[in-house]
Amino acid sequence: MLIRKKPDIASSEITDSRLYFGRRRFMRSAAGLILGSALPSRLLASRPAAFNKISPSPYSTAETPNSYQDITTYNNYYEFGTRKEDPVANAQEFDPWPWSVTISGEAEKTGKVNLEDILARHPLEERIYRLRCVEAWSMVIPWVGFPLGDLLKEFQPTSKAKFVEFVTLNDPSRMPGQRVPVLRWPYREGLRIDEAMHPLAILAVGLYGEVLPNQSGAPLRLVVPWKYGFKSIKAITEIRFRETAPVNSWNQSQPGEYGFYANVNPKVDHPRWSQARERRIGAGLFAPKQDTLMFNGYAEQVASLYSGMDLARNF
Amino acid sequence: MWMKPVNTLLLRRRLIKPLVFALCCLPWLTLVLGGFGLAGFSLGANPVEMLLHTCGKWALNFLVITLCVTPLAHFSGWRALFAYRRMLGLFAFAYACAHLAVYLLLDQTLLWSAIAEDILKRPYITLGFSAWLLLLPLALTSTQGMMRRLGQRWSLLHRLIYPASILVAWHFYWQVKQDVREPLLYIAALTLLLGWRLAKRRSRRTAATKKAATPG
Ligand code: HEM
Repeated sequence: MLIRKKPDIASSEITDSRLYFGRRRFMRSAAGLILGSALPSRLLASRPAAFNKISPSPYSTAETPNSYQDITTYNNYYEFGTRKEDPVANAQEFDPWPWSVTISGEAEKTGKVNLEDILARHPLEERIYRLRCVEAWSMVIPWVGFPLGDLLKEFQPTSKAKFVEFVTLNDPSRMPGQRVPVLRWPYREGLRIDEAMHPLAILAVGLYGEVLPNQSGAPLRLVVPWKYGFKSIKAITEIRFRETAPVNSWNQSQPGEYGFYANVNPKVDHPRWSQARERRIGAGLFAPKQDTLMFNGYAEQVASLYSGMDLARNF
Repeated sequence: MWMKPVNTLLLRRRLIKPLVFALCCLPWLTLVLGGFGLAGFSLGANPVEMLLHTCGKWALNFLVITLCVTPLAHFSGWRALFAYRRMLGLFAFAYACAHLAVYLLLDQTLLWSAIAEDILKRPYITLGFSAWLLLLPLALTSTQGMMRRLGQRWSLLHRLIYPASILVAWHFYWQVKQDVREPLLYIAALTLLLGWRLAKRRSRRTAATKKAATPG
């Protein structure tokens, strides 16, 4: 089937992004004809105008992205169930629009902002990033988004803003996984302010040139490519500037296994499994695992954020 | 009338046993179909994990099913069930071997240093490996000849299925990241199945001591 096929070249190598996204759109609509209702028409109808112009980014990897199929059918999103196949099955009814984000804490400007207004101010880029899950598997994902720091600066954080906290929507009626207390809801994550301002950290609103599907964290999610996937919180409704470090959900639930930093680090194992290698999804049944890289291969850009820190203690 | 027992035996051997055998192979069939993308089956985005988990899960399922045979026969009085116990136990072992093979060949691609580290350093792998080591002698002594040769010691040896199944349930519990509902379900089932045996044994023993204590 057309949609399952991996693009044969990294999209970053294609200079005319309109051509590329045009092709993806064609593929999606062709898939729509085949799959029928599998792609909700709502998805195309609510496609914000910002998606008409998406520029490529020098931060993108040249590695081949995983197929749309793999990215959207195999992931963790406990708000929609704890098995990898649950989010795609249980998130289809979720309608994220309209969406707003509440800004609070140590900043000059606080309050509620509509996602449409955010998108009108922040031109979209494609960022093809590696994603490394704490469970030792990885993918390459062509996100569409904008730098997190650009948004945060708009609210003029004060000198007291040392950390940024993110909170996921808390609505068990729309997120069936929240009816089960596997984690303390709502899901929370946090970054140090300098991590949040790093140009690699983005807020994603799209995937493969289209609006983010619900199971991938629609409509607005964080992507921090040098940290384990659980740091990249989905369906964000609150951003809070804080003086003290926020609690993040996985650390809260099992502090000995998941830290605040959660930087990808092949030398610091999870207490129950090794982090030295990872299985690249889509590599095939007989492909060996590949070596995990320090900071998921982004050491050159981010290692300086942690100079002098003991990364085994601050895992 | 005298033909009847022969007929049931024949029926059992020629029809029911092959049927049960075929049923026990169904999980495998789904994996093979999934591997080739046939009949709507698929191994998903992470085929190695799918194979590993499916084989592990069915090894545990067959352990539980095997442990159900005695209580089922006890409560239903349907002693014919015992004829299938060995086959079910061997399927548990076969799926466990497939699980181990997937781990060694596909998951670790025979990287022996990593495998040794896993077995020694990761408690859940140590547990799984110990469980497999306990199941191995059971499979090796499952033949009629071995049963005869070992006599009384055979049933003693085959009680190893109890600690093995406990280790497997623990192995499952320990590798789950957060949502332990499924392994807890298995632990509950095993508690019931092994608890029933303990209770039965104790009541038999008290009955025996009572009998010995009463004179005449
Ligand atoms: C021989 C040594 C064994 C090794 C090296 C081993 C290894 C593993 C590994 C790597 C996983 C997956 C962990 C993960 O995905 O994070 C697993 C899961 C599992 N294993 Fe084993 N295992 C062994 C023996 C056994 C045996 C003997 C049984 C059952 C009779 C068993 C039953 C299971 C079950 C039920 C799971 C969970 C599957 C799931 O999550 O759906 N394992 N094992």
